[in-house]
Amino acid sequence: MKKPRAFIFFCIAPALLLFLVFMVYPTISVFVMSLFKWGGYSTSRAFVGIDNFKALLSDTRFIGSFKNTVILLVLVTAFTLVAALWCANTLTRENIKAKGLFRVIFYIPNILSAVVIAAIFSAIYDPSSGLANSFLSLMGISPVMWLGNRDIVIFSIAIAMIWQATGYYMVMYMSSMAAIPESLYEASDIEGASRSSKFFKITLPLIWTNLRTTLTFFIISSINISFLLVRAMTGGGPDGASEVFLSYMYDQAYTNSSYGYGMAIGVVIFVFSFTLSAIVNLITKREPVEL
Amino acid sequence: MKLYKIFIYTVLILLAVTVAVPVLWVFFASFKENSEFYGDPWTFPKGLYFKNFVDAWTDAHMGDYFLNSVTVTLMAIAMLLILALPCAYALSRFSFKGRTLVKGLMMGGLFINVSYIVVPIFLMLTDLGKLLETSFFLNNHFILALIYASTALPFTVYLLQSYFSTLPAAYEEAAAIDGASPFVTMLRVMLPMARPAVITVILFNFLSFWNEYIIALTFMTKDSSKTLPVGLMNLMKAQNAAAEYGKMYAGLVMVMLPTLILYICVQKKLTHSLAVGGVKG
Repeated sequence: MKKPRAFIFFCIAPALLLFLVFMVYPTISVFVMSLFKWGGYSTSRAFVGIDNFKALLSDTRFIGSFKNTVILLVLVTAFTLVAALWCANTLTRENIKAKGLFRVIFYIPNILSAVVIAAIFSAIYDPSSGLANSFLSLMGISPVMWLGNRDIVIFSIAIAMIWQATGYYMVMYMSSMAAIPESLYEASDIEGASRSSKFFKITLPLIWTNLRTTLTFFIISSINISFLLVRAMTGGGPDGASEVFLSYMYDQAYTNSSYGYGMAIGVVIFVFSFTLSAIVNLITKREPVEL
Repeated sequence: MKLYKIFIYTVLILLAVTVAVPVLWVFFASFKENSEFYGDPWTFPKGLYFKNFVDAWTDAHMGDYFLNSVTVTLMAIAMLLILALPCAYALSRFSFKGRTLVKGLMMGGLFINVSYIVVPIFLMLTDLGKLLETSFFLNNHFILALIYASTALPFTVYLLQSYFSTLPAAYEEAAAIDGASPFVTMLRVMLPMARPAVITVILFNFLSFWNEYIIALTFMTKDSSKTLPVGLMNLMKAQNAAAEYGKMYAGLVMVMLPTLILYICVQKKLTHSLAVGGVKG
């Protein structure tokens, strides 16, 4: 059969063109623009080399956003991972009534817009009329300024992120746990294996590949979701205390019109997330289990 | 072991309550009158105060934003399918020069989050606008939908392409012997067979387009062209300034109700196709 060249071209070209224009070009321009000084009102762009990056090193707000991003990455990944694994394992391995119902409920946060989640949690954290403080007062604890206290705000955002993410990862792990052959567990039953040794000796090794992939998702999506929530919930406040990577970049570039400087932050975010993913991939590398 | 069972149920129910209560609470709060918000937040509404919804729909323009969101979401999904289906089909079915490169580029695109590049896209389009002396690119629902569709391409092409490659080639060979052109074969033979994957693609992208706000916030600067989630952000700010609680909750319900209804109808499909789904959010 003759290769239908024209057909192939017209199939690929439109999608490829738009992908190049709206994804590849902007990504490259993040790196290029980071080397320029480019303010909002002047249209002049002056090449400044790595000056933007040097300035970042002494920018306390940038360092603050870096710190917050790392805190969120660690906290959210740790809590979500444990909760999602426990729920997935329990719903798959234990004989539980209304399994389907639990699964459906846990996944709900995932279909909600980040703005909706931000609005819900702003309401929960409301100092006077919110659920959080009224719950605390039931237990005799004095009210907390969830979003107004510089030391607490980042943890309040972490809670919202864990609430949002757990169901998604649970469903991911459930589908790879469902692929494990039942006979393995039956054999371990004969040998009298305990629950935890079944989990650590059978389940965990067999979902390891999937788990490693989700660690990369954790990095990329935590950086993204933290921005979407912070932007809608606190705007980075109070006084920059909840600023994260992308929200600081967005503020510098879009709001403050320091495009070059903003893009330098973008470069740091790219490099940071790719390096971290590579490191995580490297240290979680195991020989794949053959069945 | 009975003790462990009790423990499991307690934890599971506790977690389910933690997820469900905030969402249910929003629905109840949307029917409360403003004065009811100053008391105990755990009470049920005294009556069904529908005026919140009327206020949000007309005064806060959520009705207009709803229409904008519907337009943008539908346009974006249509564009996405027209672009992604042929591309995925050709990538999975024909070997040609540059195929590996195109595939590799698209795979790399899976790791580029839109939030990373929203500012450069904005600058690119404003620069182009200045060059052509037009404000065509801002506040334009078509452009917004085009950005949505383009940035959803890597995920969608990846998913469709892996589905196409599971379909047997015998059908196409038969169609070719009958003298069908590749275009007709794709349209009449292969697309109908790819229906399950197409439905998955539509579901996931509907949710992400409907819920998206950062691109919409950046590109829809004029009040009348905003989408629902951006409108909700306005309501959040208004609530902080003027303590108009009821309106905000009614707006919240408007944004999340369509996604919840869709979810209830198709939850099996959504949570089961996640394994093939890959990168999101």
